[in-house]
Amino acid sequence: MAQIQIKNVAKNFGGYQALHDINLTIEDQEFMVLLGASGCGKTTLLRIVAGLETATTGEVWIGGKRVDHLAPKDRGIAMVFQNYAVFPHLTVFENIGFGLRMQKMSNEEVTRRVERTAGLMHIDQLLKRYSGELSGGQRQRVAVARALAMEPDVILMDEPLSNLDALLRLEMRAELKGVLAESKTTAIYVTHDQVEAMSLADRISVMHQGKIIQAATPIEVYRNPAAKFVAGFIGNPPMNFLDATPAGDGKWTVAGQVVDGPRVNLDRLQFAIRPEDIQLAEQGMSATAKVVEPLGAHLLVTCHVDGTSFRAVLDSDLTVRPGDTLMLSPQPDRVRWFDPETNLAVA
Amino acid sequence: MNARLLPYMLILPVTLFLGVFFLYPFVLVAQQAFSGSDGFSMANFRDVFSYWKFPISLKNTLLLAAIVVPVQLALSLLMATMVSKMKKGRDLVLYVWTIPLGISDLAAGIIWLAIFEQSGFLNSMMSGLGVIDQPVNFLSYQHPGVIFLAIALAEIWRATAIMLVIIVAGIGLIPKEYYEAAEVFGASPWKRFTKITLPMLRPSLQTALILRVVLAFEVFAVVAALGGTLMPVLMGEIYAYQFDLLNSNAAAALALVVLALSIAFTVIILRVLRVPKGASI
Ligand SMILES: Nc1ncnc2c1ncn2[C@@H]1O[C@H](COP(=O)(O)OP(=O)(O)OP(=O)(O)O)[C@@H](O)[C@H]1O
Ligand SMILES: [Mg+2]
Repeated sequence: MAQIQIKNVAKNFGGYQALHDINLTIEDQEFMVLLGASGCGKTTLLRIVAGLETATTGEVWIGGKRVDHLAPKDRGIAMVFQNYAVFPHLTVFENIGFGLRMQKMSNEEVTRRVERTAGLMHIDQLLKRYSGELSGGQRQRVAVARALAMEPDVILMDEPLSNLDALLRLEMRAELKGVLAESKTTAIYVTHDQVEAMSLADRISVMHQGKIIQAATPIEVYRNPAAKFVAGFIGNPPMNFLDATPAGDGKWTVAGQVVDGPRVNLDRLQFAIRPEDIQLAEQGMSATAKVVEPLGAHLLVTCHVDGTSFRAVLDSDLTVRPGDTLMLSPQPDRVRWFDPETNLAVA
Repeated sequence: MNARLLPYMLILPVTLFLGVFFLYPFVLVAQQAFSGSDGFSMANFRDVFSYWKFPISLKNTLLLAAIVVPVQLALSLLMATMVSKMKKGRDLVLYVWTIPLGISDLAAGIIWLAIFEQSGFLNSMMSGLGVIDQPVNFLSYQHPGVIFLAIALAEIWRATAIMLVIIVAGIGLIPKEYYEAAEVFGASPWKRFTKITLPMLRPSLQTALILRVVLAFEVFAVVAALGGTLMPVLMGEIYAYQFDLLNSNAAAALALVVLALSIAFTVIILRVLRVPKGASI
C-alpha cells in the first residue's frame, strides 16, 4: 500500500517561489503523470516527494506515514533522475544493481533482477560497459532499469524516456506501463510530452507556474479542461478560442452566430472548441482559409474567424484552397466556455 | 603555420629547458653512478648496498613513509570532506590549514625541535604540570621511538595540506547528482564516501599520493633538525656521501636508488588507482 499525499506543499528558492500550495493525492498503484512546460516545477515537486529537497511549507505522506523528516532511502521510493545520474565509475550491471547491493541482497538475486530489468529496457548487451561508453538514450535506460530493479512501492520518474527515438520510446512506454501495473507500483511520471502523458496516465496533473491547474483522467483533461491554460496546452493542435457576447437567456453571440451557452451573469465569455470537433456545414461561422496542411488522414486548415486565428481538422477528401470561404459548424456537445477574467471553465 | 606542427612548436621551449637543466644533469649523475676506476662498473652500488648504514636508512625512510603517508591521506580526506560540506568560511579554513605549506621543511623541523628539546615547550609544560621533576632529553639516543614520533608528527603537520588541496579540488569536481542518486538508492553517508567519493576521486588520489610518497622518500631537513645522526635516512646518506665522505660516485648511485624507489611506487600507485576506459566522470 503506497498512497502518496502531498498537502499544502510550497517551495521557495531564495526569493523565487517555485511551488505554490500544491495539494495532490496519488492513490495506491495509480500512474500519475505530471505534465507541464519547462520550468513549471515538476522536478522540484518530485524531489520534494523523494526527500532530496525540503518543502518550505506543507507535508508529504507515503503509505499513510508522514515522511517529511525521513531520509530518501527510508521512504520506499526509487527514482529516475532527469539527468540520469548513472554512476560513471560502475559498469551498467553494477549501476542497475546499486540499490540491491546497498540492501545486501545475495549475488544470485542481484544478477536475476539486473538481468530481468536490463532485458526489459533492451540494454542486456551493455551490462559490462561503463557509462562513458553509452549513448544518452542508453544511459537513460540504465537509469530506468536501476529504479525498476528496486521493485519499490513508489517510483518517481523524471522524463525517463525523453532521450529516446520515437519508435523506441513507444515501445519502452508500453513496457513500462505493463511492468508497473504488474508490480502494483505507485508511479509519478514527469513529462512535457502530452501524447506520452495521455497514453500512460491513470490521471494527469497539469502544472503551470508552480501550481497544479487540473488533476484528472486523460480524457477528462482533454474533454473538460478546467482552465484555459489546460485547453491551450493539451491537444495538438490546441483548442480554438473565440470571444462571445451575451444574447440573453443563455444564448451567446460568437462570430456572428447565436449559440446555446451557460446561463451566467457575465458580459463576456470565451467560446472554446477543439479543431477536431468542427465540421463543414451549409451554414455556420464564416471562415477564411489561410493555410491548408494535408496530414494524410486529415486536413488541417488554419483560417480566420472573426479576426482570430482558428484551426479546423477536416476530412481529407475535401479540397480546400487558401482564400476559400468556409462555413464551420462546431459540434454543440463539445463546446466549452471560459471566463476571460479568471480563465477558468464555466459550466 | 602548419596545424600539425604547432603543438610541438609550442612545447618546444619547455622541452628544451627540461632537457638542458634536468635530463642532461640526470645523465651526468647516472654516468657518475655507473663509472668506476676503469669505465663502466657496478662497484658504487655494491659499496652503497654493503655499507652498514644502508639497511637502517632504507628501513627508516620506508617506515616513515609507511606511517606518515597513510595518516596524511586519512587526515586530508577527513578534512576535505568537512571543508566541502561547509557553506560559509570555507576559504578561510582552507587558508589556515594550508599555512604550514608556506614554511620550509627545515623551519618546520626547527619549530618541532623547539617543542621537543630539553629546554623546549613540551618539557616546560610537563614540569609546570608536575608530571616530571626535571627536564627530559626526548631527542636523545635513549628514546629512538620519540625521535621517530617527533619526525612523523612534524612531517604530518608540514605536508598534509598539499594532499588536502588536491583532494578538495577533486571532491569539488564530483557532481552532486551522484550523491543524490546514491542517497535515494539506500547508501548511508559512509557508503556514499566509499562507493562514490573514493572511486570518483581516484585521479586526485593518484596525484596526491604520488606527490606525497615521492616527497616522503626525500625527507631530509626535518630529520636532520630533530634526529641529527640518530635516525639515518636515505637522503641524509646521500648528503653524507657527497659532503662528508666526499664520494660523489656513491652519492650518485644512492640517488639513483631513491629515484628507482620513487618510480616503482609511482607505477604501483598508478596501477592500483587506475580508472578503466570509459569510467571517468
Ligand atoms: N536549486 C534551485 N535554486 C533556485 N531556483 C531553482 C532551483 N531549482 C529549481 N529552481 C527554479 O524553480 C523552477 C522550477 O524548476 P524545475 O526544475 O522544477 O522545473 P521543471 O518543471 O522540472 O522544468 P523542466 O521541464 O525544464 O525540467 C525553475 O524556474 C527553476 O529555475
Ligand atoms: Mg525537470
